[in-house]
Amino acid sequence: MTLDGKTGPDEPGFGLYLHWPFCLAKCPYCDFNSHVRHEAVDQDRFVRAFNRSLAYQARLAPHRMVTSIFFGGGTPSLMAPKTVEALLAAIQTHFSVSAKAEISMEANPTSVEATRLADYRRAGVNRLSIGVQALNDHDLKALGRKHSVEEAIAAIQLAQRSFERTSFDLIYARPAQTVDDWRQELMQAIDLAAEHLSLYQLTIEPGTMFEQRVRAGQLKPLGDEDARRLFDITQDICASRGLPAYEISNHARPGAESIHNLTYWRYGEYAGLGPGAHGRLLINGQRIALIQERHPETWLKTIEASDDATIERDVLTTEQQAHELVLMGLRLREGISPLRYHALAGSALAAEKIDWLVAEGLLEWHGPQGANDPRLRATAKALPVLNAVIEALL
Amino acid sequence: MRKTMTTHSFDQIRNFSIVAHIDHGKSTLADRLIQHTGGLTQREMVEQVLDSMDIERERGITIKAQTVRLDYKAKDGKTYILNLMDTPGHVDFAYEVSRSLAACEGSLLVVDASQGVEAQTLANVYHALDAGHDIVPVLNKVDLPAAEPERIKEQIEEVIGLDASDAVAISAKTGLNIEGVLEAIVTRLPPPKGDETAPLKALLVDSWYDAYLGVVVLVRVFNGVLKKGSDITMLGTDARYVVDRIGVFRPKMSDVDQLGPGEVGFITAQIKQVADTRVGDTITETRRKTTDPLPGFKPAQPVVFCGLFPVDAAQFEDLRAAMGRLRLNDASFSYEMESSAALGFGFRCGFLGLLHLEIIQERLAREFNLDLIATAPSVIYKIALRDDTEIELHNPADMPDIMKIETISEPWIRATILTPDEYLGAILKLCQDRRGSQVDLNYVGKRAMVVYDLPLNEVVFDFYDRLKSISKGYASFDYVITEYRAGDLVKMSILVNAEPVDALSMLVHKTRAENRGRAMCEKLKELIPQHLFQIPIQAAIGGKIIARETISALRKDVTAKCYGGDISRKRKLLDKQKEGKKRMRQFGKVEIPQEAFIAALKMDD
Repeated sequence: MTLDGKTGPDEPGFGLYLHWPFCLAKCPYCDFNSHVRHEAVDQDRFVRAFNRSLAYQARLAPHRMVTSIFFGGGTPSLMAPKTVEALLAAIQTHFSVSAKAEISMEANPTSVEATRLADYRRAGVNRLSIGVQALNDHDLKALGRKHSVEEAIAAIQLAQRSFERTSFDLIYARPAQTVDDWRQELMQAIDLAAEHLSLYQLTIEPGTMFEQRVRAGQLKPLGDEDARRLFDITQDICASRGLPAYEISNHARPGAESIHNLTYWRYGEYAGLGPGAHGRLLINGQRIALIQERHPETWLKTIEASDDATIERDVLTTEQQAHELVLMGLRLREGISPLRYHALAGSALAAEKIDWLVAEGLLEWHGPQGANDPRLRATAKALPVLNAVIEALL
Repeated sequence: MRKTMTTHSFDQIRNFSIVAHIDHGKSTLADRLIQHTGGLTQREMVEQVLDSMDIERERGITIKAQTVRLDYKAKDGKTYILNLMDTPGHVDFAYEVSRSLAACEGSLLVVDASQGVEAQTLANVYHALDAGHDIVPVLNKVDLPAAEPERIKEQIEEVIGLDASDAVAISAKTGLNIEGVLEAIVTRLPPPKGDETAPLKALLVDSWYDAYLGVVVLVRVFNGVLKKGSDITMLGTDARYVVDRIGVFRPKMSDVDQLGPGEVGFITAQIKQVADTRVGDTITETRRKTTDPLPGFKPAQPVVFCGLFPVDAAQFEDLRAAMGRLRLNDASFSYEMESSAALGFGFRCGFLGLLHLEIIQERLAREFNLDLIATAPSVIYKIALRDDTEIELHNPADMPDIMKIETISEPWIRATILTPDEYLGAILKLCQDRRGSQVDLNYVGKRAMVVYDLPLNEVVFDFYDRLKSISKGYASFDYVITEYRAGDLVKMSILVNAEPVDALSMLVHKTRAENRGRAMCEKLKELIPQHLFQIPIQAAIGGKIIARETISALRKDVTAKCYGGDISRKRKLLDKQKEGKKRMRQFGKVEIPQEAFIAALKMDD
């Protein structure tokens, strides 16, 4: 079910995530680790630091076959193409990378960034994910985006000419958004999309500008009931137009799913590099959660001083691992393997809880009849209330 | 007290208590008296030293009786021993009040010069008059701009019938005229009388458990002499002890050789637990017993009951131990084990009143670090059965089959409420709504005094909170239990998702059932979080549903993005939710937060 034969539900693969922590401006909804710098960033110096960090983490987790690489941010499309090229070369130095590896990069669709797209492809990136967010100029402005709808469409079309695989993101359930507005915008998006769409509902995150504005009464988020209606039509429209959800917020033509993100949801192994990046590595039979220093320059200096800027390194308990498996896996259409849960947790999921949730129409078994590793997944009814379903299950 | 030819007065002793409403400055005055007579150095002076329990200090109330001995050199050149018996001001502790008053000959009546006489002051001043006290009125806070000493004097005369013309005007806070109070104590309150040579007769005023000393007994000697090594007998319990330590409070414990007639102090005598001492008992010499014991006191009877359950079932044994510890010092609090289908194992506890209930709950939480769920407070119902027997019902969950019941009687109280007249209308409506019947209503200036007969079960609910809120805190309230009356009472059950929640069931008057059922359902709808399914909440009497609300199913809780960096955050959120669940109780498939049990009882009409 994936492009790369090396990954699948039971072979989640090994991903590398590289975080480029800079943006031209902070978007008011964003709680990611992004920073605005008014002087030029010394990209070469960052490349050298990434190189040392890669070397360090490759020693931690040796002999892995990298199945995906993801440049996230921040705004990775602020990197010069040669920076990307140098980073990919550094990765090749320290890790074995599968010939079929998916190499994704996030990009913003401003006209400036669009001029570099072909160069990123030449540097080795084979999948582009564009942060479009809205196909409506008024809302783009409200979301603090620096591009227009026109620029976005041009960037999508350009990307589709340069890259064999592309995706773009939209944020919906915006304040005052109606069902009709969204239906129209979504149809346009599906027409533009090649194979993959990420459709996120706007969430007011703590510490963001939007949160302040909500608290000050200047911004009124869409109510849960309306947001739910938008979610429901999103599922219907995408499914009927050939882009079914393979994860709560991600839609793809079958076979065009993001390998890298599937690694997270399938609870595979991944290394996080760059400021604030998270990783999950299996070391000596233990699953370790690692977090890197968040502040870019501090991260840089720490690496320069000691090769490593890990600020948290937690050995996950069997229960924590099993919980993470469920938290991530039930987001997927393919669901989870209760046998794998049992193996991780040391005890099985509670049968009476499963039975009750199945009876309530919130969980379902799927896969071939009589399979010895049946899969359990959230039903369409359960997806919008997955937190509560997981809480009831665990 | 019996007068004999040998009885003489002990001219340089004065035993007095202070009667005051909460906040009218009793504790501050006590502090000033101690300071003025040099009982403590400035450095030792902690604000309100007499209120030693944290809760007492925070709430500005006194629960346990305390005493302090002051040495005062008066204007006549003589040095007097002044024994101040501090008394609780709240109605719940009327019992403690009466025993403290019995140990004194006089009282200071402290009244806030702007607020005037309050309901509790009234009750306590009557107790003091009953105890034969001479009373000196003291007007406190005369330095405040709102003070109206003349009007308040008039009110004291009209409401209480005391001559207030020479009331002492003071400010306990600034220390203004503290000397005047001390002089009034010396010149206007009587000295005690007694016979030093008669057989020992002393009142057991109070007792408490001290971690270092064991049980400490507070005594007032009437006749005879109490010494270290005295072989004493408590007449009520017929227990014999040898006094091993004797002293007074200045307010620090200070040993003395002996206590004679009129004196107040403490003894220790290898007494194991507080329950071995009976407050109000007469202490006498074993070899020469008094033939004239003190009248003693009726033990306090709990009137309000509620179930207390640990939030975490694993804390049950801790709760049992904590209750035992509290009981060491508070014999008026009772408890017995109870089990609830919904809440597991806990205790049904009896209290002197609502304040007492709150204080015990707070002490369990604070001093013993226990998380508790309290069920609806209820009163003791007397149920006459068709087979001519009568049972006392402490817990609505134990209500017998309706077919077996002849009548149900409930306790009634006579409540006195004092309020500025602008709130009178709302207060009368509140009393009427709570099935009250008016007994008396009169005005003194702009203040009204209303007397109502009310069913206690309407009062334990949230009457006091409502009264405070409709009068912006100005009305004061006091009550005595008067009688049991048969009433049209029914058991109202609350069903959540069709499952009865026993901890929320209550007995209500038929005419009030629908209102209360509706209010309860509405409140629970606010307090129970949305679930994955729809939850009906119903109030029912027998099989009949009298109110219903529905909590709609959860529609959306997650649709945001979630990638590698979000896993830890998601997991921690899940852990937090699961931790939060510990504070919930499972009823069938529904989880009810424990706040719901408490808040459901505090609702507006």
